[in-house]
Amino acid sequence: MAVVEAHDLRRVYKTHTGTIRRRVKEIEAVRGVSFAIDKGELFGLLGPNGAGKTTTIKMLITLLIPTAGTANVLGFDVVKDPREVRKRIGYVFGGERGVYERLSGYDNLRYFAELYGVPPKVQKARIEELLELVGLKGREHERTEGYSRGMKQRLHVARGLLHDPEVVFLDEPTIGLDPVGARELRATIGTLTSAGKTILLTTHYMFEADALCDRIAVISQGEIVAEGTPAQLKSRVASGAVTEVEVFGIPDETVERLRSLEGVMSVWVEEREQAQVLSVQTRADVQLTAAILGHLNGSNVGRVSHREPTLEDAYVALVEGE
Amino acid sequence: MRTLRLLGIGWLFHFKMIMRSAFDGVGQVIYPLFFATVAFFVFRAGDSPRTLLYASLGAAVMGMWSATSTTAGSAMQRERWQGTLEALVATPANFALILLPVTIAMATIGIYSLVATLLWGRLLFGIDLTVVHPLLFVLSIPATVLTFGALGFLFAVCFVRFRAAWALGNMFEYPVWLICGFLVPLTFFPAWVRPISWILAPTWGMNAIRESSLGGSPLPDLIMCFVLGSAYIALGFLVMERLLRAARERAALSLT
Repeated sequence: MAVVEAHDLRRVYKTHTGTIRRRVKEIEAVRGVSFAIDKGELFGLLGPNGAGKTTTIKMLITLLIPTAGTANVLGFDVVKDPREVRKRIGYVFGGERGVYERLSGYDNLRYFAELYGVPPKVQKARIEELLELVGLKGREHERTEGYSRGMKQRLHVARGLLHDPEVVFLDEPTIGLDPVGARELRATIGTLTSAGKTILLTTHYMFEADALCDRIAVISQGEIVAEGTPAQLKSRVASGAVTEVEVFGIPDETVERLRSLEGVMSVWVEEREQAQVLSVQTRADVQLTAAILGHLNGSNVGRVSHREPTLEDAYVALVEGE
Repeated sequence: MRTLRLLGIGWLFHFKMIMRSAFDGVGQVIYPLFFATVAFFVFRAGDSPRTLLYASLGAAVMGMWSATSTTAGSAMQRERWQGTLEALVATPANFALILLPVTIAMATIGIYSLVATLLWGRLLFGIDLTVVHPLLFVLSIPATVLTFGALGFLFAVCFVRFRAAWALGNMFEYPVWLICGFLVPLTFFPAWVRPISWILAPTWGMNAIRESSLGGSPLPDLIMCFVLGSAYIALGFLVMERLLRAARERAALSLT
């Protein structure tokens, strides 16, 4: 049985341009998103910045009203019964904002425990348990202004779980965390799924979605472009191959020329310190290494390697295909 | 019971936050003293101890009002900047019950302004605080605080939907000083101003404090404080859901 259901969700934002002659501009952030999440499932919403992930999650947690479409959580409509939805969900968002910096971590939790209607008799024990879970025990009485980004993030997680919600929405929870902090947080998310929580996770980290999610929907420009298990998504590009070339300064025109080569499925460039890594995903039946290197004439070329496609490649192919 | 507990805890934590800002705290104490000083110099010309006490009490309540009017708007703005506004709205608690203790906490800070101004008058200008009805005087202070908080709440409700409305809080500061008779009796104003004064709770709070100190009958003023304060809160609760829905429709909650 589906715990979270979204049917053709749409959201339009209105912005204004101009100072004297003000014009209304409409931006369609989410364009007909539909999905269903089963009980106990960890569902990932994967997409680049501005794809509509946060807008979708905010509609589901009742912070935004959809322009069209419907959504319900545990059978409650997110527009008609917002309070019933809020009682049953936890919301964790990424970043350093969202905590009272002049209060201690403990007081932040105490205040929100009251707002979430946690019975006074169990508040203390529940807060202690959560502090233990997120690893903030011993630092809980310090003001949060002195907390690191990772600590604030873990406090967000604790806050989202105060009322022991059945469904947890995690909006890019590991964004900006160092690798150790992110790994610890992913481990915490893992414990939530084993406790039977239903989770909707938004992220743009492919490995995170791959490692945690039972199912993933890839969202691009406000639309879901693919949905399936990580293995199913990978299999969509499993027939291809990826050539990676380390380059030092590659012009945009070269990237565009590579994209137009026969047999090329997608091309992307990642910045790595002083160098860039050019990745070209090709069909399995073509051998394009020489042609690629030929187009890189004039750029300093480093290491060249070939590998099997990963979920990240599937994601890039899907997003670029849009 | 749960509602009272929610209000109490909300008040406690927001009061704690304001108290922890040395800048805000010093501002709340120092700022009204400038106005009080000007008022004392102006009214000293009258050479009447009663007039000076009248001005002293007026200046003290000015400080209380400033603490509420300017901060009610900035409180909502602060919630937006901190990113906590969305976190609060996402909870199942009635948002009006979350907001009300915030503005009452602001108004409570105004008691500092009141005490500081009265002490300033006593130490620098030799104005003795004589209180004819001590019990009613003590009662009129929390009554004024609560009605200020209730009016601040009504402002803050609007600030949830209109993020630039915090500037209105500043705009209301000085007119209320005037038309609520903090320094100049209402009889000095044209007749059409009076009905506006009557619907503003600070008028009755000010009267209650003065009548209980200088002598008179503060009870009707206290009743008016209660009636108007309740009306502000009821109105705030009535429009809150509508404004909150409008904010969710227009995606105004996450804007800073």
